[in-house]
Amino acid sequence: MIDLSINGLPVSVPEGTTILDAARFADIPIPTLCHHPKLTPYGGCRLCIVDVKGINRPVTSCTTPVAAGMEVTTTSPTIEKLRKTILELILSDHPNDCMVCEKAGDCTLQELAYFYGIRENRLDGERRVYAKKDDNPFIERNMEKCILCGKCVRICDEVQGVGAIDIAYRGFNAKVCPPFEKNLDCEFCGQCVSVCPTGALTGKAWGQRGRQKDIKEIETICPYCGCGCSITLHVRRNEVIRVSSREDTLNEGWLCPKGRFGYSFINNAARLKTPLIREEGQLKEATWDEALDFIADRLGKVKAKYGADSIAGLSSARCTNEENYLFQKFMRAAVGTNNVDHCARL
Amino acid sequence: MKTDLVVRVCMGTGGIAAGGAEVMDAFKKHLRSKGVTARIEKNCTMHKVGCRGLCARDVLVDIVVNDSKTTYQFIKPAMVERIIDEHVINGKPVEEWTVPEDYHLFHNKQVKVVLSDCGSVDPEDIESYLNVKGYDALKQVVTTMSPAETIGVIRQSGLRGRGGAGFPTGTKWEICSKETSEHKYIICNADEGDPGAFMDRSVIEGNPHAVIEGMIIGAYSIGADAGYVYIRAEYPLAVERLKNALKEARKHKFLGKGILGTNFNFDIKIKLGAGAFVCGEETALIASIEGQRGMPRAKPPFPVYKGLWGKPTVINNVETLANVPYIIRKGAEWYSSFGTEKSKGTKVFALTGKIRNSGLIEVPMGIPLREIIYDIGGGIENDKAFKAVQTGGPSGGCIPSHLLDIKVDFESLASVGSIVGSGGMVVLDEGDCMVNIAKFFLQFTQSESCGKCVPCRIGTKRLLEILERITSGKGREGDIELLEDLARDIKATSLCGLGQTAPNPILSTIRYFRDEYEAHITKKKCPAGVCRDLLSYVILAEICKGCGACKKVCPAGAISGEKKQPHTIDADICVRCGACFEACKFRAIGKG
Repeated sequence: MIDLSINGLPVSVPEGTTILDAARFADIPIPTLCHHPKLTPYGGCRLCIVDVKGINRPVTSCTTPVAAGMEVTTTSPTIEKLRKTILELILSDHPNDCMVCEKAGDCTLQELAYFYGIRENRLDGERRVYAKKDDNPFIERNMEKCILCGKCVRICDEVQGVGAIDIAYRGFNAKVCPPFEKNLDCEFCGQCVSVCPTGALTGKAWGQRGRQKDIKEIETICPYCGCGCSITLHVRRNEVIRVSSREDTLNEGWLCPKGRFGYSFINNAARLKTPLIREEGQLKEATWDEALDFIADRLGKVKAKYGADSIAGLSSARCTNEENYLFQKFMRAAVGTNNVDHCARL
Repeated sequence: MKTDLVVRVCMGTGGIAAGGAEVMDAFKKHLRSKGVTARIEKNCTMHKVGCRGLCARDVLVDIVVNDSKTTYQFIKPAMVERIIDEHVINGKPVEEWTVPEDYHLFHNKQVKVVLSDCGSVDPEDIESYLNVKGYDALKQVVTTMSPAETIGVIRQSGLRGRGGAGFPTGTKWEICSKETSEHKYIICNADEGDPGAFMDRSVIEGNPHAVIEGMIIGAYSIGADAGYVYIRAEYPLAVERLKNALKEARKHKFLGKGILGTNFNFDIKIKLGAGAFVCGEETALIASIEGQRGMPRAKPPFPVYKGLWGKPTVINNVETLANVPYIIRKGAEWYSSFGTEKSKGTKVFALTGKIRNSGLIEVPMGIPLREIIYDIGGGIENDKAFKAVQTGGPSGGCIPSHLLDIKVDFESLASVGSIVGSGGMVVLDEGDCMVNIAKFFLQFTQSESCGKCVPCRIGTKRLLEILERITSGKGREGDIELLEDLARDIKATSLCGLGQTAPNPILSTIRYFRDEYEAHITKKKCPAGVCRDLLSYVILAEICKGCGACKKVCPAGAISGEKKQPHTIDADICVRCGACFEACKFRAIGKG
């Protein structure tokens, strides 16, 4: 363990811990925009600068490992002035259209501007202006709001292993985009959306459906496959308007495109809500009891007449492991055949 | 008749641009047609040489007859025949074409270590380098010295990194040599990108083997098994000569497996940079070699501990490495006899701007700036008044005339707010506007920022915008203070050296030329008459003869007047191009 002091407080953390993590461990707040605990430290936003005794310039706490006897100061008039300048610079190149922004109320940049009381900006100047171009149905990219924190780039590369986006161009014109600025054409897992600290990346389906107020967050399990990712449904007026996942879940907050964006079936008018039985060519609504009785009856008859091996069962990847286990058990023990397969094999 | 004859034609980039290749061909052709080649056969050598410094006089040609050297300047192919007839055949140099006295003055105050063989050895022939004891240092090191002993010599010599930061080379090597790792690397940083700098380029073009030899010695000292030269693709000649030199070095067993019969293995690869200034920053350079976007990362860990592919890596500048063979050969004491207490040895500078003798110079550390400007540089072009020297390129600062007697070394330049840097030295005269100079450097750093960190990406843009409004007459009260404040914050918070030093040209020009900034902002005037938006031209009626010359050249039709009557300029139409000012023979046009 390494012993150091942060703002005069003794802190003891394992070797290799960064100053930022040590400070958070001691419940000392340090603002960041580009840091994500699961991604490689980046040191791009420069907000997490702290003073370390003996080093003549501020260091970024997210990239600097602790050392024995280190004396760290996380806040001082000088440090706060530097942080404010950085925020002023970011906001000088930002649309500042919080009134219509999807992310308002849940935006790290907005929150920091609030804490640092930035309204007038002495550093106003040219702002990047980009046309939106993506025609995919999942991810909305508004690059004017991008602050180049690089989290989306890192998560796509380090977590998803896809590398669909990176930073192009230099200096003020630097821009996160797919190769050759083509339309985004990836898996659309939306991991990038989940880590974006501003409104630069949002869900296409989320637009003008409701922000933070009046939203109920309901924890549940994704119904799409046997992985069983934990998801949070954002519900407004009894309608799911967004899906996210918390970082402290088994799936660590990561989701796939179906789990994150494929929720429109919930309120779809064509959604099946009861079993249907076809009678004389017409599908008719039935209760589960009626449907199951009907199936048991027909399976029994088929087995009696043609034998068990005339029946085959095909299960679904959308079922849980337990359900799939029960299904093969049913086919083998109850029906008496090994004719059982699974859609994931097809 | 037995005559030793050596013809050396300057064919660095400057020499080639001035027509060096054609001059070379002319020598070959005429020496053959006049039977000289046949007569003296093997005793006649003709070869290319790299830059010898005074590029402004290219094509420079040395004719050495019986060890007596004559240098000619401004040689064109048509002049070659006469030189051969009169000088080579009849033994009388063509006096009117030889270099004048100031060519020698240019060289007299210089001390050449790195450049000692540039301009005499053939950069495309290893034999030429071997003839001047080339690779002797390598032989000495690998056969008689331990890595620790080698590092000891470099430490003792006091050699400090010539790329800009001035970190002691021996210390860097020592740290890396103590790391244990399966692989270690040595990288030669040849990504020279400062505007107006051509030191590394000239060294590689003029004597590539010295750099290679230095690298091999470095590799031996730290225990590296592979090396890279990271060089700009914009230096095609340097790349070509380097490739050729590597090939020749491999043939002579200076590179590869079992170097010079020992069990030391080492080879060098070339990695071409794609034109990003930031890749001169060592962590960005490493990212670039690894195939990543050239963006710096935070230090620590420093590359000596965790560099290329995560392995201990030493990164040295071209000039640093080129010093190494000479230090080994001539000894640490010899090297440290040049320079000051803390800045040892010599430094190569690219002397450019409003200076009479622009070119490449090598001077002992601690030489007074005045000697560089007036003795070596020959003073200011067109006898104008000296205003300042910008050293260290976009990361540096300017040194005004009242500090002309300052010593040029790491500590002294830092004390006045500038840096030695990689060795750019741009001389400015009374006709240069300091706000405009600051703007020029900011334009450069702004467009070369990688965009990773906020202060550099957006901060330099805002600094540039403020400078642009000042030079266009829209400066506001408080702009100087805003510049200073923002510049300091950018320096304090930027991730890498590029952002940390980008505001230096602004801070330094404000420090020494605040009155020029104030004149732009409050009086809306550019004292040097450079910023076009702040200029106005008027015809002085009492001097104007009404010749109409100005009216004729005015592209905007802003000048009116009858013949032989004083003319007038309509300021609303005038585009301030200055054509009238140049055209008036009577100095009847006032600019201000």
